[in-house]
Order: sequence, then structure tokens, then C-alpha cells
Amino acid sequence: MNTKETFHLAEVVHHLKHYLPAQAPLKDFIHHNTLHAFQGEKFHDALNEANKIFGYKTYLQIEEYRRLFNEGKINKEIIKRFIPTENQADWMDKLLNQKWDESIVPRCGLLRNQWKENFHIDLDSMTHPLLFRIVSSYLDQGISIWNFPVHHVGFLEAIRILESNGKVSFFKTKRAKALLENEETTIESLLSLLVGEEKWFEYYLFDQQFAHPGYSGIVAVLEDNPNLLIDNRSISLTEFMIFELLLEIDTLDNYFGEVWAPISVKMTKELAPLFSKVEVDELNEVRRIWQEAYEWTYYDEVINGILHKHQNVSTKTELQAVFCIDDRECSIRRHIEEELPGAKTYGTAGFFNVEFYFQPADSEFKTKVCPAPLTPKFLVKEIVKDKKQSTDFHFHKRAHGLIFGWLITHTIGFWSALKLVGSILRPIQNAAAVSSSRHMHPDSELTFENTNGEKTEDGLQIGFSVTEMADRLEGLLKSIGLITDFAPIIYIVGHGSSSSNNTHYAGYDCGACSGRPGSVNARVISKIGNHPKVRAILAERGIEIPSSTQFLPVLHDTSRDEFTFYDTEILSETNKIAHEINNAAFNRALNLNAMERSRRFILVDSHKNIKKVHNAVKLRSVSLFEPRPELNHSNNTLCIVGRRDITRNLFLDRRAFLNSFDYQVDPEGKYLLGILNAIAPVCGGINLEYYFSRVDNQKLGAGTKLPHNVMGLIGVANGIDGDLRTGLPSQMIEVHDPIRLLAIVEHFPEVVLKTLQINPATYEWFNNEWVRLVVIDPATKSPFLFKDGAFIAYQLVNNQLPEVDDLISVFKKEHENLPVYELQNH
Amino acid sequence: MEGFIHLFIILPFVCFFASLLIPKKNEKALSVLAYTSVGLQFFSAMVFSIIWIINKMPVINLKEFSIYKTSNYDFFIDFYFDKITLVYLILGSMITFVITVYSRYYLHREDGYKRFFNTILFFYLGFNIIIFSGNVETLFIGWEILGLSSFLLIAFYRDRYLPVKNAVKVFSIYRIGDVGLILVMWLSHHLWHENISFFKLNNAELVHSHLMENSLVGLAISLMIFISAAAKSAQLPFSSWLPRAMEGPTPSSAIFYGSLSVHIGAFLMLRTFPFWEFQTGFRIFLGFAGFATAVVATFIGRVQSSIKSQIAYSSIAQIGLIFIEIAAGLQNVALVHIAGNAFLRTYQLLVSPSIVSYKIREQFYNFVPRVKTIEDSWPKRFEYALYILSLKEWNLDSMLYSYLWNPLKRIGTKWKVLNFKYIFVFAGSVVFIGLIMLNFSNNIPERYKSNLPVLFAIVGFLIVIKAFTERDSVRKSWTLIMLNHITIAVAISFNEQFDWMHHVWYLSGIVIAWFIGLLVLNNLRKQEWVSLDQFYGHSYEHPKIAILFLLCALGLSGFPITPSFVGEDLIFSHIHYNQIGLAFFTALSLIINGLATIRIYARVFLGPHIKTYHEVAKRSS
Repeated sequence: MNTKETFHLAEVVHHLKHYLPAQAPLKDFIHHNTLHAFQGEKFHDALNEANKIFGYKTYLQIEEYRRLFNEGKINKEIIKRFIPTENQADWMDKLLNQKWDESIVPRCGLLRNQWKENFHIDLDSMTHPLLFRIVSSYLDQGISIWNFPVHHVGFLEAIRILESNGKVSFFKTKRAKALLENEETTIESLLSLLVGEEKWFEYYLFDQQFAHPGYSGIVAVLEDNPNLLIDNRSISLTEFMIFELLLEIDTLDNYFGEVWAPISVKMTKELAPLFSKVEVDELNEVRRIWQEAYEWTYYDEVINGILHKHQNVSTKTELQAVFCIDDRECSIRRHIEEELPGAKTYGTAGFFNVEFYFQPADSEFKTKVCPAPLTPKFLVKEIVKDKKQSTDFHFHKRAHGLIFGWLITHTIGFWSALKLVGSILRPIQNAAAVSSSRHMHPDSELTFENTNGEKTEDGLQIGFSVTEMADRLEGLLKSIGLITDFAPIIYIVGHGSSSSNNTHYAGYDCGACSGRPGSVNARVISKIGNHPKVRAILAERGIEIPSSTQFLPVLHDTSRDEFTFYDTEILSETNKIAHEINNAAFNRALNLNAMERSRRFILVDSHKNIKKVHNAVKLRSVSLFEPRPELNHSNNTLCIVGRRDITRNLFLDRRAFLNSFDYQVDPEGKYLLGILNAIAPVCGGINLEYYFSRVDNQKLGAGTKLPHNVMGLIGVANGIDGDLRTGLPSQMIEVHDPIRLLAIVEHFPEVVLKTLQINPATYEWFNNEWVRLVVIDPATKSPFLFKDGAFIAYQLVNNQLPEVDDLISVFKKEHENLPVYELQNH
Repeated sequence: MEGFIHLFIILPFVCFFASLLIPKKNEKALSVLAYTSVGLQFFSAMVFSIIWIINKMPVINLKEFSIYKTSNYDFFIDFYFDKITLVYLILGSMITFVITVYSRYYLHREDGYKRFFNTILFFYLGFNIIIFSGNVETLFIGWEILGLSSFLLIAFYRDRYLPVKNAVKVFSIYRIGDVGLILVMWLSHHLWHENISFFKLNNAELVHSHLMENSLVGLAISLMIFISAAAKSAQLPFSSWLPRAMEGPTPSSAIFYGSLSVHIGAFLMLRTFPFWEFQTGFRIFLGFAGFATAVVATFIGRVQSSIKSQIAYSSIAQIGLIFIEIAAGLQNVALVHIAGNAFLRTYQLLVSPSIVSYKIREQFYNFVPRVKTIEDSWPKRFEYALYILSLKEWNLDSMLYSYLWNPLKRIGTKWKVLNFKYIFVFAGSVVFIGLIMLNFSNNIPERYKSNLPVLFAIVGFLIVIKAFTERDSVRKSWTLIMLNHITIAVAISFNEQFDWMHHVWYLSGIVIAWFIGLLVLNNLRKQEWVSLDQFYGHSYEHPKIAILFLLCALGLSGFPITPSFVGEDLIFSHIHYNQIGLAFFTALSLIINGLATIRIYARVFLGPHIKTYHEVAKRSS
């Protein structure tokens, strides 16, 4: 965009919203690409632009790359692939020795900065605190006791009504108040007062809004999705900007009197248009080379591992378990397979191909339990006899009242002392903690089957019809390639996470279930799978599930490493016995998994007895003082779409999203399309949010969570006067290696290419290299890299695959990322 | 039993210094040291309290030693133990123990893990000195430590703008309280003709007879005590600092502003109760002040949409009630109330992040669209006006700016007659002329001489204002602060009886601190650009220089690490109690002096780093 002479509000608002952080309120936290606005461009160009325009740090510091190089985490051979062949020595010197000035003065902010430079007034510090307080009080979802008195007429109108009291005003001066009351005031008229020339309007608004992207972002999100708030509020970005402009005028009037010049009058230097072309300089080249070399050092190791590991010995199938694609399930699958060689595990998006809204018993609200972009038309209700909630008076509003407060400080105040000591010395599950099992009552009924026909509730059909059920089960089984050789029990394992004192709890649950635990979906698909009529239809479609086979839903708590089984009473006698044997193996695997995770927790002593280690890990989920109940998706780097055979017995260090897919079942790529459409935004979104929160934890991440203060239940800020913080807190990303996602697909390159080209949105992710893609040709076992719209053969650098036979001793020694190993004892 | 009292002071002291020696990386040693020593303190306190109760709760007073003594002046350290001390001791050691254990895990891997534990232990030392203090002088040492450790913990995230800005803001309010205490010491000195101990205040007859003679001085002392207590306990008109202090890690906010630090003002009122017990007028005033705070803070608290500010204002309101209880002489009720409030708010702050999941779940199941509150039944215009007023915190935050700091700044900036080039010449000549005049002071006619102290005090005040509003040169500002001290010394010297030794006490620490500070600044200037127009954040690259300079700044502002601390009190003892002008300008100078010093430290070393090659937070975050 070039600076236009004229200003079109709708266009500018659209443009602003495009660039502002698109993060929903806390309860609906879902991972997404932080720099989604730049996705239309190639990755490195976008990073350069975001750096120069908005001042985001988009790469590691050169010093950090050099340290990685010295630690052997960046391969010299691979660096050479990325530097121009002529004068290689020269480039190596640039990479390794030259001193670079990495500081940045971003374009955004330069215009509005002139208030300070030319007028010597610090507008931000005079307007922000009041602005934040007002908008946060208006949007507040339940912290304040006396909430915004006017709330149903829109933000600006509500303020107008409050201002009509005639006595007390938010404004210090008359003019701003009069402008607010004047119905003819438009954003343009305010801008001409403040800015002057129309061609600077857009620049000014960008400067203004990006001085506090957190609040502007949430306003933009809520304008477009008002239903994200339980307690409805109507607000628009335009209203918000008008109010901020009024506060600025008020501040200036108060400081200078009513006579002051608009900002463009005193402009001393001509500014380049905000979005004019950004030059690619040598520093950016150096960063690009380091980053690519860093990534490919790891990618190469993985591709090598997949190609050179030994074939698996085939064993009799004793059980099958379908997990979520989530990288946190990568290791538990490995441990189960090790404990039970007859176990076959699968991975798929954790909503298990059943998309619906879930309405818990006793609740008026419905919550979406499928990937965010889907809009389901089904409703599943929970029916349960009695459901109790535990309560805690510490959160009671009356504890803040004067008289009641006097009473309780004299009485229950001392109860706090006991709780305080108790919570430190012996943390237990409490009302304040988030438990994945609370999502659904274990003994509840679910209205998964449609019985009342066409009748809908709020436009939603209650439950699925038999055909609809069959379609979903068929889709699931075919996409993971499970159409024959069914085991007696097929476990469907959803996942959730328990944590305590955690504002970002929604980001810990299943991303494919819109940030909720996957337990309901696991139960629904299992009920569908066990439904005789559904099986009959599937048999007609060529999938014969023996009647002895039963589906059993499970919830895996990823922070506690616990399995909860549902509906076990349906198991046949033989299966009950089998289940007991399986369960013993699961428990061993869960212990091992906790042990594997504990290697990253410095404060857990991994040398102890494995049960003690597991208990120490569990304790983290209920400890108030534990900012890291688990490390979530830290170090996620891979997404492997193919048969388990290509990754089984390969140690991928919990870094891989594993999506089962059999090219033989899907020769035309019909199911592959669905998988690619999902993994790009879901896994790619997670990966890039981790990437950007890691490289710039201050501007693109939320900083450390230790000082966070909850604002209106919708976001967190530092202290009471701060802007809302978006992105991930440092505790979630500190051990993350910022490497883009590499998707590895087992199929023929020409099929994958054709499939990719169907959906332009998905194509863009891969073509612009926000997610890298390598295809492994199943016939020739050779790798192809997707680059600039075509697949080209990839030459491996590695040719050794280290083997390891005792992982446990490795876990006890190593805290850092581990290389790809082949597990030897198979 | 005396042995215990010594232990209670020595243990935190040793522990704090030991924590300074532990290497930064050794998280375990730091936290273990902290919680075992505080835990030991808690345990000994429990044992001691049993012994003490069995012995029928005797009040213990221990006069330790004199730091400086002349015929009519004695700056001595004194310890004291009674029921109030016991409650604060158990409360303090228990909460600090819990917080140190909590922080051991909570702060794991955080930058500044060591700094955090150092500061907590430093705070704990100050807290113990205060609660065991037997006279105002001893209490003042602890008071200063508390103020500094608060500043350091609020600015814990020193690379962001808001924590640093708020730390300076809170420090400025604390400074008012500090000077209140200095004035208390000054007036007390004149009232009692000695440095009185709290123990002697229990002698009702003695107090009564002195107050009968000087009821006005008595009232002035009580008001100064109130100002100090109100500043520390966030009572009106100082309340707005408390929520703004919640910038550090949550457990530090819990211990400081939820529980211990914020109840220290109440401690001061309880401790000095025997002094103002018979000043009925003051007691009524105190009751009303507490009531006003309770009402205003309740309304402000009701509209808060952030969890920590809501807790802060609820706590302020309860402390308002505690002040009423103290005014009414209900000491036991107040003590129970203090303990209950401290525990409750600590726990509420610690679990505050859980409010999201808790409330969202609650709403999900039992949603009531909008709760009607009592205000909804009031006339709309009144409701709206009160809502806006409460949302703006009754203008408490802006009030301090519009009535105190801004006018001072205006004096500083309007005082442009003297271009900066000449300010040194000016200040230098003032000092020089002063010294000459001093030398011949016997020849100056009495009628001029009596006006000289206040004249010099005013000049000194203008010099420090200039230092405070300087936007450019760090070294000039730094030197002007030192010159301000000298001008004050000169001013006092015109009072008939002065002793050069007193000036040596007063200026020794200051001049040395100034000189070393100057060297430190010169060293830094060789490597970096420094100025006072914005925050530079040089502690990012130069943490060691930052610590050294902080020590110099403390020395220059009379913090109890140099003899100047005693000197400040000494200087005041030379101000006659009818020299209100002199006392006023000297006190004002000291307030601004401290602020100007900490401002230099903050601007040069704290805040967002001026270099942007690494991650730097937005100013608004």
C-alpha cells in the first residue's frame, strides 16, 4: 500500500484488523500464526517486513545462531548449501565473525512519535491508563462487583450516557466532551484536528493502535465475533479509536489550551509510507542463511532417520489405539508400543471426525468441540443426575465488600492461613485448579444419536443420524488407513490437561477440539463405532468390523500422564480380561512417559524410582506455585503424515505431530486433502505461534507470566496499567527451538502436488514456506522437497542413524533436545 | 529472653548478607537459605511466644548501643518486644516462609532469581528491624530498608517501562512518609529533649505532662506519624500507589502489598498509641481518616475490572477499618483484623490467576446475565457520576501530580533565569559565600543572621529542584544534589550552636558517595550515551555498574549505609522548633533530594533498554 491522499474508513479498519493480533479471550485461546497478516508473502520476506515495519524481532540473534553452530546444532555442510557458491569464504566470515547492528527503529510509531519530538508531550502515558481502564471495565466478564452501568447500547453510546450525569467526566476539558456529545463528530473530523493532512490519517491510526496492540486486537476480535463473550458487549474498533482520539484531544487541550497545531504541520522530516517496499539487506540474508541452515540440520537428520531405519518385524495385532495428532502424544504411543509389541497406534485430529457443539449438563451454553474453522450443525448434550461444583470463597465477590470483608477477615481470613500453608506443603486438587476430567461427567449420557428427527435446537440438530454417523466413522477409519485387521479393542484416546493457577489453560487442551479436552469426542465416536446399524452400513461400504471388536473411549491427561477410561461396562467378558492386561501396560507406559517428560523439569529428580518421578510430575498439575505444569508443544517441529511403519521405533523426542495415513488406502489423495487442510493451520499455527513467541517474547509473546494480572477475565496484563499481552508466556516457550514445521508426507509427489493445488489457502502455507513440505515416494523411498510450486529431489547430508537401547538412562542424563535415534531392542 | 530478641534481628541480617554471596546460578542454595532461615525464625518465634506467655508477657526493652552521642544528643539503637511485636513477628515469619517456599518453584529459571531472593530477605530484615524497634530512630532504619526493597521489587522487571515508572512513583510517596518520620524525630527531640524510646511512652504521666506543655507540638507529631503511616498503608490521600505497586512477580506482590508492607502503617499507629492516646482530637481525626479511606476504597474497589487492583482496594478499605479500630483503642481487635486481612489477601493474590478458570466455569453453569448492584437503584445521574469518579480512582493518582510534583517541576523549569552553564558557578558561589559568612558569622548583625538559615535553605531547595528537573546532563544533576546537601549544612550552621563534627557526620558519606558516583558515571559515559531525557536501561549490559551506582545513590540520599544517615537526624536536631520555615524547606529538600537521586538511577539504568538488538517490550506492556 502506498500513502493515499484520501482516507476511507472501512478500508483502513479492515487493514488494521488484518495486522492486529487476532487472539480471542482467554477462555477460547487457540494457537494461530502470530504473523498471519504476512502469510501472503514468502516466509523470509515477510519476516523482514514485519521487522522493519513493526519492529518485531523475527529471528534469533546472530550471536545465538553462532552459539548453536559452536554447539554443533548447525551443520557446516548445510550452511554451504545456502550461501552463494562464489566467494563462500567471504560469506562464512559474515556469518561467523562480522559484527552486525541488529537494532531496529520500526516505521510504525514514527509519525505519532512527533508529539514527543516536536511538542514535548508524552501522549501515551497520559491517555493509555484511562483508556485501558475504561475499555477493560466495559468488556469485563465478571471481575468487577459493580460493572459498567450502561452496557447494551454499544461502547461510545454507553460512555455518552455515563457522561450525561453533568457532574463528573472522563475528560478534563470541555472541547473533547462536546465533541463526544456532538452527533456530527466523525473519526475524520477528529483526525483532521489531530493529524491535519488526510494522507497521514492511516499512518496515524496504525501508530496509535499499535502502541497498544493488545487492547486494539481484542476489540477487533470482539467486533467480528461478539459471541466469544458470555456476557454480551457490543464494541467496534472505530468506536474505540474515536474514543482514544477524543482522549488525545482532551490531553492536548489540557496541556496547551485549545490552540495547538495538528501533528503534520510541524513535521520535520518526510516519512516513507508505512507499507512501502522494504529493502532486503545483507543482515537479512545472513539471518535467512542461519535460520535455513539451523532448520535443515535438524530436518536432514529426521529424513535420514525415516529412510534408514530398519523395517519393523510384524506382530499380531492385540490392540489398536487412536490418538490425537498432538505432538504430546508422540512419546506415549512409543512407550505403549514398546510395552506391548502387539499394540498398533494411530494418530488423527483429536476431534475424531465428529464435529458438534457440546452442552454440559446444567449449562445453558454450548461449546464447540472441533477445529475452530468448522461450523458444526450438530449438538450433543450431556445428561447427568447430579453434578456438583466445588466452590471457593476466595473468589467470592463479597470478600471484597467492606462490611462482609470485615467479617471474613476476622474469621475465614485465618482459614486462608491454613490453606496457604497447605497449598504449599501438600498441593491437592482444589476448586481453583483446572482439571481435564471436569469437562464431562464420567457417568453421563450423551445425546449422540438423533432420535427426534428434524427438530432442531437453536438451529442445531440433536445428535447424528445413523448415516451421518457411518459417514464420520468411515471418514475416520479411511483417513488413518485402518480398514482391516481390527483388534478386539480399539481405544479412542482424546486428551486434555490439568493445571493450576493457569490463565492460559485453554491453550493446554486439544487444539482440534477448540481448546477443550477431547473426552466427549472420544466417547461420541466410540458410541458410533459400537453402534450395530453403523457397522452394518460400513460393512456395505466394504469395511467389516468384527462384532467382537469394541471401541473404548479414553482421556489422556497430558500434564498428569493419566488415562481415564469411559463406558468400560460395555466391554464383553473376553475384552474385559484383555483390557486389564492392556491397562497394566498403559500404566507402565504412562510412568515411562512421565519419566521422559521429567528430563526437562530440572526440579524433578529423574533418578528416583519411576513411580516417584511420576508422582512428582502429577503434583505439578495441582501446585499453585508451578508455572509449568507441562511444557505443551515446546519443540514441535515435525508433522508426519504416513503409516506408523515409517516412524515406529524411531525416537523423535516428542517433537512430531503424527497423522496416520495410508497412501494405499487413498491413492487419489482424497483423504490427504482433508489432512493437509487441517495440519497447515492447526499444526502450522501452533508451530509459528511458538516460533514467534520464542524469537520475540516481548512483542509477539506475553513475556513472563509471573507478574500477570487478569483483566476482565478476557486477557492478562502486567500490573494494572498495562496493555493486554498476546502470544505465549515465556514459561511455555523458553525451551523451544524456533524451527518451522516440516511436514513429511508418504505418497507419490505428483499425487501430493495435485492435492495441494486444490485448496489455495493450504497451498499458500506450503508455497510461501510457512510450513516446509517433504514427500517420501513410497515406491522409491526417495525424498522430494516442495519448493516454488514443484517437487525437487532432496540430497541427504546425514547417512548415519545412531541407535540407542536404553532410553531411560538417556532421559536421566539429558535435559536438552535429543537427536533422532533408532530404538534398538526391536 | 533477650537472647531470642537478638536472634530475631541477627538471623535475617546474617541471612541477607549470606544470600548476597551465593552465585547467581545456584537457585537451590538461594531458596534453601531463604526458607530455612525464615522457617527457623518462625519456629523460634513460636517457641519464644510460649516462653513469653508463660512468663506473663513482660514488655521487653533493650537499649543496645549508641551510634552517636553528645551531651544532649544520643542516637541509639533500641529494641522492644510486646504483644504487637509478637503478632507481627509470627505473621511476618509465617507469610515470608510460605512465600519463599512458593517462590522457590514459581521463580524457577526467571532472570533475577537471585535478585528476587536478595530483595525479599532485605525486606524481611527491614520488617524485623521495624517491629522490634524500641525508638523512632531504630524504626526509621527499618523503614528506609522497607522503602528501598519495595522500590527494587516493583522495578523487578527493570527492562520494562511501567514497573520502573511505578516504582519511582511509589518511592516518591514513601519518601513523603520518610520525611514525616524525620520530622517526628525532630519535633520529638524538642518535645522530650532526648531521643525518646517507645518504652518510655508507656509512662502515661510522663507523656501527659510533656503534652500539656506543648500540645501543639504534640499534635504536629501525631499528624506526622499519621502521614508516615498513611503513606505506607495506602490510606487517603495516598491510596492509589498500592495497586500500581503490583508490578513484580505475584508472590512478591502478595507479601509486600497484600500482607506485610501494607500493614506497617498500622503497626506505626499501634506502636505510637500511648503517645497520642490522650489527644482526643487526633483520635477522632484518625477515625474519620480511616472511615473516609474505607468508603472511598470500597467504591473504587467495586469498579475494578482487574483482579489485583480489586484485591488491593479491598485491602485498603479493610486497613481503613483497622485505623478506626486503632483510633478507638481496640488494639486486640485491630491485631486480629490485621492478621486475618494479611492472610486472606496473600492467599487471594497467590491464587489470582485461577480466577479465569474458576469464574468462567461458574458462569458456564450458573450464568446470570448481569448482576444488579445496589448502585443500580440509585438515581441514574448520581450512579453514573459515582461510577466515573470511582473508575478514575477519585483522581487520587492525578492529584499527587497536579498538587505536588507538577508545581515543583514547574518551579524547576520556569527557573530558567539561570542558564545551566552558570548554575555551577551559582551553586558554587552560594556554598563559598556561605562558608565565608560562616567564618565571620560573629560579625554579622543578629537581625540578618537569624534570616540566613532559611535563606540558604530556600537556595538549597532551588538547587535540588533544578537537579530534579534536569533533563540532560546526569553529572550536573548528580552534583547539584550534593551541593544541595552542602547548602543545607551551611544553612544549619548559622544556628548559634553548631559542631563541625556534626557536619562531618552529615557530609562524609554524602561527599564520598557523590565522588564515587561521579567516577562510575564517567566510566559509563566512556562506553554509552547517558542522559536524563528518557529511560536508558543500561543495567541490561552493565549490571555491575548499576549496582555500584545504586549504592552511591543510596549514600547520596542518606540511606542508612553511611554516617550521613545519623547526620540527617543530627542536622535536624539543630533546627529550632520555632524555625518552621527552615524545617519546611529542609524537609522538602530531603524529599526531592531522594527523588532526584533515585530518578537518576532509574533513568540511566532502568527501563526499556535503549539498544534494540534484543527483545524489548512495548512501552505500554
